[in-house]
Amino acid sequence: MKYMLLLNRTADALPEPGTPELGRIIQEYGAAVEAMGRAGVLIDCGALTARSSTTTVRVRDGQTIITDGPSAEIKEQLGGYTIVECADLDEALKWAAAIPAARDASVEIRPIVAMQAPG
Amino acid sequence: MSGSLDQLIRQHWWAAVATLCRLTGDLDAAEDAVQDACVAALERWPVTGVPGNARGWLIGVARHKAVDRMRREAIRGAKEAASVRELDEAGHGPDIPAEPADTLSLMFLCCHPALDASARVALTLRSVCGLPTAEIAAAFLVPEETMAKRLVRAKAKIRDARIPFRVPGQAELPGRLGGVLRVIYVLFTEGHMASRGEALVRGDLCDTAISLARAVAGLLPGEPEAMGLLALLLLTDARRAARTDEVGDLVLLEDQDRSRWDGDLIAEGEAVLEAALRCGRPGPYQLHAAIAACHSTTGSADQTDWRQIALLYGELIRYEPTPVVEANRAVAVAMAEGPAAGLVILDALAYHPQLQRWAQLHIARAELLRRLGRDGDAADAYRAALDLEPAAASRSFIARRIREMT
Repeated sequence: MKYMLLLNRTADALPEPGTPELGRIIQEYGAAVEAMGRAGVLIDCGALTARSSTTTVRVRDGQTIITDGPSAEIKEQLGGYTIVECADLDEALKWAAAIPAARDASVEIRPIVAMQAPG
Repeated sequence: MSGSLDQLIRQHWWAAVATLCRLTGDLDAAEDAVQDACVAALERWPVTGVPGNARGWLIGVARHKAVDRMRREAIRGAKEAASVRELDEAGHGPDIPAEPADTLSLMFLCCHPALDASARVALTLRSVCGLPTAEIAAAFLVPEETMAKRLVRAKAKIRDARIPFRVPGQAELPGRLGGVLRVIYVLFTEGHMASRGEALVRGDLCDTAISLARAVAGLLPGEPEAMGLLALLLLTDARRAARTDEVGDLVLLEDQDRSRWDGDLIAEGEAVLEAALRCGRPGPYQLHAAIAACHSTTGSADQTDWRQIALLYGELIRYEPTPVVEANRAVAVAMAEGPAAGLVILDALAYHPQLQRWAQLHIARAELLRRLGRDGDAADAYRAALDLEPAAASRSFIARRIREMT
């Protein structure tokens, strides 16, 4: 059984690069993830950029409707996830619009923070 | 001297930022570099004279500034160092030509649908038109700090979500061009019928919008809707001088002194509209322009072909099925078939929650009620419009009408 763990946070964005706050976060998350890795349970993980860089895609009557920001629709709930590697947002938008959820509700596109591999 | 230099620099701003955006891959870095180059130009040009190729000079200096800036930041990482090498190798020589594809790409970037709608307009004014943040804030009557935050947020999204700098492919173009034209249209409307402030018409915004429409139509010659928008703006702006009276109050189309309409703008607008219609691909802007042309080709208000205008609005509803278009159709129907026929349509619309907040609907209803002799109902409708706090010029027009009837 695969489980998706959804990580919530109270601040919109991660702390600035080079700050002690970010250093501590990286260290603590690193330890948690490393333990999962050693136990062989980790599939993938990543941090998301600021909520304000979210784009929402809906398809209605065959038309793709793109809006800035997360979905404000209170009736919608998170039902799944897909991670795609794309050259830019336009390519990601194209794939997002092809997901059935875009027709029934919406698909939110949230960039994953690009992490440089350590060492 | 510095006033005309400012103007000269602003003329080249779009092409310079666009070229630097391609070279650096970063809108913020591009703007900073062009800003630095403009400061250098303002220092040097009064002494040396304006160079023959002012645009090439600005772009060349901006490129150097960008390389310098990136070099200072390159200490941070290998990725930046690679960008510096690329940028340094890109286009050596006296000047780098600004390509039309770059200028279009910048426009599409600023008007990307993934950006907040109000940010698109602001970003276009900043990055494409080169307006300082303070002026953009003043144009939208928000504090400068608010506007600065809006711009920073939009640029952060462009960077973080990787919104591409390119002209969309054929499949995406129609939809995305609609977004670009919409930004220009919103800009013009804000100038033409200012929703805020004391003045009804803000000519500077109208001029900016028209020059953008002209540029986009020129860059995409095969797109009739781009021409349609340009025609619409020209035909509408032709009436600017006649739209307000000597004290700045709104003058309704039917009461306007048509000799004060700008004949050159009308002629140009009609020529552009004809060229657009010849493409055989009608669209909402061409229809709006055709409606505007119905007015501008008629010598006096009572000769207006309202039947034709009502038909055009009927066509427009297919593209824009909005109560606003329906309300405009109602007014045309009232003019063609009498106020009672129009009032039936408007009364149905008046219950639309979105339209109740729209002062123009109440004004239109009031006019029809007045023509039907229902002065009491007309005055009520005018008061409903007043309650919505329209711009000062509309306000005093409404107040005058109420005084006339009561």
